[in-house]
Order: sequence, then C-alpha cells, then structure tokens
Amino acid sequence: MNMRQDPLIPMVAQVTDIRTDTPDVKTFRVVGLDGKKPFSHIPGQCAMLSMPGVGEALFSITSSPTNEDYMEFSIKKCGCVTNWLHAIEPGQQITLRGPYGNGFPVDTDFAGKDLLFIAGGIGLAPLRSVINYVRHYRQRYGTVDIVYGARSKEDLVDYQEILEQWCREEGVNVHLTIDNPQPDWDGHVGFVPNYVKELGFDTGKTVVMCGPPIMIKFTLAGLEELGFQRDQVYTTFELKMKCALGKCGRCNIGDQYVCKDGPVFRLDQMTRLPDEY
Amino acid sequence: MKTWNLSQLDDLFAAIAGRQTLYIPADAAGQPAFTRWEPGLAMTRALNTGRSAKDLFFPQVENLAAFQISGKTISVSPAQSPEEDYVIFGVRACDCRSFDILDSVFLAEPADTFYQARRAHATVITLACTEPEETCFCTSLGIDPQAPGGDISCWMAEGRLYLQANTPKGEALLASLPDLGEGEKPETNPSVFDKLPLKDLDFSVFQEKPLLDWFNSPLWESLSQSCLGCGSCTFVCPTCQCYDVRDFEGGGTVRRFRCWDSCMYSDFTMMAHGTNRPTQKERFRQRFLHKLVYHPNNHQGQIGCVGCGRCLQKCPISMNIVKVAKALKEGSV
Repeated sequence: MNMRQDPLIPMVAQVTDIRTDTPDVKTFRVVGLDGKKPFSHIPGQCAMLSMPGVGEALFSITSSPTNEDYMEFSIKKCGCVTNWLHAIEPGQQITLRGPYGNGFPVDTDFAGKDLLFIAGGIGLAPLRSVINYVRHYRQRYGTVDIVYGARSKEDLVDYQEILEQWCREEGVNVHLTIDNPQPDWDGHVGFVPNYVKELGFDTGKTVVMCGPPIMIKFTLAGLEELGFQRDQVYTTFELKMKCALGKCGRCNIGDQYVCKDGPVFRLDQMTRLPDEY
Repeated sequence: MKTWNLSQLDDLFAAIAGRQTLYIPADAAGQPAFTRWEPGLAMTRALNTGRSAKDLFFPQVENLAAFQISGKTISVSPAQSPEEDYVIFGVRACDCRSFDILDSVFLAEPADTFYQARRAHATVITLACTEPEETCFCTSLGIDPQAPGGDISCWMAEGRLYLQANTPKGEALLASLPDLGEGEKPETNPSVFDKLPLKDLDFSVFQEKPLLDWFNSPLWESLSQSCLGCGSCTFVCPTCQCYDVRDFEGGGTVRRFRCWDSCMYSDFTMMAHGTNRPTQKERFRQRFLHKLVYHPNNHQGQIGCVGCGRCLQKCPISMNIVKVAKALKEGSV
C-alpha cells in the first residue's frame, strides 16, 4: 500500500459510542482502528471529521487531553455532514485528521488564574475540553466559574456531567440559565449576556467564552461594562474550512486564518481585524 | 552562456523531450496554453498563455485519495505522487514570480506534498520579454521582465536563443543537451517597458496603513457594484491558490479530489448556518485585500500579484486589481 503522508489524507477511525445530549446534539466517542486515542491534542484544538461521499467538516475536540482512551466530539445536527453523523450507529468508521489550530493557553496564560467560562448552546463543546483539563489539574488554577445557557433545559449539552461532576466539585461554581421558564426548571431564566452582568464577576478573572457570535458580542459588551479588559477574554471561532492547514483560503478574518492562527483568539488581538465572522 | 539557432527550435524541443516530458506555450483549444510538446507543435506567438503556468504545479482538478466503503468500514488509498521529471519552457518573468508566491502558501508547514512533488520534479525555463502588452505591469511589482529567473533563463535575439543556467538543475539539463553553442548575452532594450501605461503603480501604500482602514473604505460598495462574481479573474490569476475539496462517488469508490475555487463565489464561505460574506461586496473585497494586504502582512510584504495583466484582459466588466489599487490609494489621500 502507498503510505503517502499528506496532511489532506485522513486516517480511518471508528465511532464506538454515541450519546444523545439534546434533541439536536449527540456526542460521538472516537478511537483509531487500533482501539486507541487517534492523536493527542491541546484543549480548544479541532479535527477534520469526514464520511467519504458525504463531506468533511471541522469540529472541536470536546474531550480533554487528559482522557487517554478516546476522543469525543459533541456535534449539533445542522448540515450535510452532521445530519449523516446523527443517523449513524456505533461501529461506523469515519475518517479523521488533525489536530488543528492553536488551542487555549492552558499551561501558560491560564496557569494560576481564576477562570470564568461563558458558553451558549453548542458553544460548550470546545470549552468542555478546557474545563475538564482544568478540573484534572485543579491545583494549577484558581477558582472556576461556569456560566452556561441554552434555549431550554433539554438543550443543555453535557447536562448529566455538569450535574454529577462539575456542580459537585469544590471551587467550581456552575451558573446555568435557560432562555424561557419551564415547569421542571427552578434555576435562572434569561440570556447569557444579562446573566453575566447580574452575577457581576470580579474583574481579576480570565474569561473563556464560546457561543453564537451574537452572544459573544453582547457578553463582551457586558464584560467591558463590568470593567474587564479585552486582553482578559479568550474565545474560539469557527468558519468554513476545507483544508484546516491555512491553504484553501476561506476561513480568514482579515489576515488571520482561523484554522492555523486560531481558532482561539484573545479579544484584544481581534481589535485590528474586521468584524467579518 | 549557451546559444541555439531559433530556426531549429524544434530540434531543441526534441532533444529536451527525448529526456523529459516538455511543456511549451502553444496555441491549443482556442487560446495559448502550456501544452505537452510533440513533434510539430510550435510555440505560440502570443506574449503569454491564457491561463497561467500555475496549472502545472496546481492543476485545476487533482485526485487526493480514493475510499472503498463496505458496510461500516472504510479503507483509504492515497493518490500516487507525481514521480516523473518534466520541463516547462517559455515561462515569463511574471509567472515565474508567481511560483514564489504559491510556494509561500503551499510549502509552508505542513507542506502540500502534491504541489511539493510537482515543484521538485519540474525544471523551469523562463523566457525574457521583448514586446510587452499594454496590460503588463510586472515592473510595478519589482519584476524585471528582461531578467526572468527559473532554473534556466532564456533570451531570444537576432535569430538565436540564449540560455543561462541559474541552478544545478538547470545546469544539469543544459549539460545533457548536445550541440549547444557558446555566446554572449544579447543586449536588452528596457526603454520599451518605460513606455507602458501601468508602469508606475504603487503597491507599497497598502502596507503603510492599518488593515481596517482599507477594509472599511467606502469605495468597496461602488467598486464591487458591477462584479458578476464569475470568477474569471481567479481562474486566470497565477497567484490565486484557493481550493475546494470534494468527493465524487461512483462504482463503489469515493474519490476525494481538490479543485480550484474562487472567493468570488457565493458558496465559498457558506456553512450550515449561513455565510460571513453575504454579498458580492464582501467577496470582492476579500479577493483584493487578500492580494494587497493580507498576503503581504503574512509574507514579509510580498504582494499577491505579479502584474501579468490577465485579469485586465479577461474581466467581462473591466474591473481589475489596477483599478482597485488606484481607487483605494487615491481615496485614501
């Protein structure tokens, strides 16, 4: 067999478990054909996942690098590749290549800091990797606050893990919110940007944020009102990609390619760039 | 310097083609194009090819891999790497510069091995220009059309071809060719280039102001208004390198191939939830800022244009990088 090594040629991997998180989000557990984790990564990095004949798309790796056994991807059903993924069963093979992107500075800028995670909807997927990394190396970080919002209780991704693990951990404060009241919910109701302002966090925290662009924009404005600086806030972007190598030419925001210069950016780095995302 | 009688150019082509596959600019399929040489194929009289020489390193379509799918299992067979050496004759200085620009993208880590293999197997023979077109503006980009690079540089003068090897690969090829004469490099005549209407374009201005000043220019609205989004400019451009990756399913095999794409197209950045460049204005702006600002910012000031003038000739509404650069520069004063 030709063992050509080109970064565009993927490896074959296998989906071993599929968990239904919400009506439109499933989490896929993936291993290589040898049964081991396909490759190592940094929290916030992504991988190109594909079914030949259906398409290839970029997804953030939602499992923490500290998970030695497998990789997980939380994927929302919203397009061609994701519709296909939502219809498969365990045992299905897929193709995989990566890891791509810079990832979050978990071992440098984040070290020793009080961390505030803010996520909306499926935006929790890339942050879950960081959150579980931070929980694993708990002593390396200060306090951890997690603000997470979704349309409804049913739309909260990783709800079981949040309740059974994150909420019970010392030094980790979880603040959940949903958009509209519902009978079986006694928690907070309202949008993430407003909830962040209501909670009024200490401005010494480092903020890690991911969600729909509209949530990012309003939350950033709220954080700035509270006195946060843009250089304290990190986020991760997603734009259309074909190569994830900085060559196919479409995921750029100004002169920065989301695939290789990002997907993680500190928001002060975005100030000189256009609002084209 | 080696020389050869131009009246026997066919014999030189035959000698090269006896060793390696040879491509020359010839009149084929309605317009000049780099074409595989066979006995009888003559060089075009046109200054340059319709499409650029990038086709030989970055073909419009190429297979990346084949997948066999059986039930839930998949097997991957990567496409074969090009393994044959070949020679490209008659590359103009502009197209030769475009290879540097393509290299800065495709050979950056992690290198594109498909492009890399084609580059490594090619010997590039350039040809100096003597009679430019009115649309030529390579000199505005610091290119000397009378001193082209490549592995071997050639000049045509007084019925003779003069050849100078610039690299070991070029020297090896020249050494393998019998019966080349010795001669002096012919006189060149730069004055003809001084008369070109577009010789004084200034592209340095785009590095002198913040990116957002150019991005937020109110001129994009009017400049992009007539753009049809046909993508002709990107297809003839020697430096446009954006590509798509697609799958073709047939006969139980899925072929994954790479093909040229264009930032001028509406689906270029289309995702399941929409696109971040919804109108032609944003797509048009992307194409020109990529060449004038974004690429230079990432590659030590290297402008993503070589002044070949193809887009000036081919755009159906006569909009082009020269008009855009001039308008932005004047609009910024």
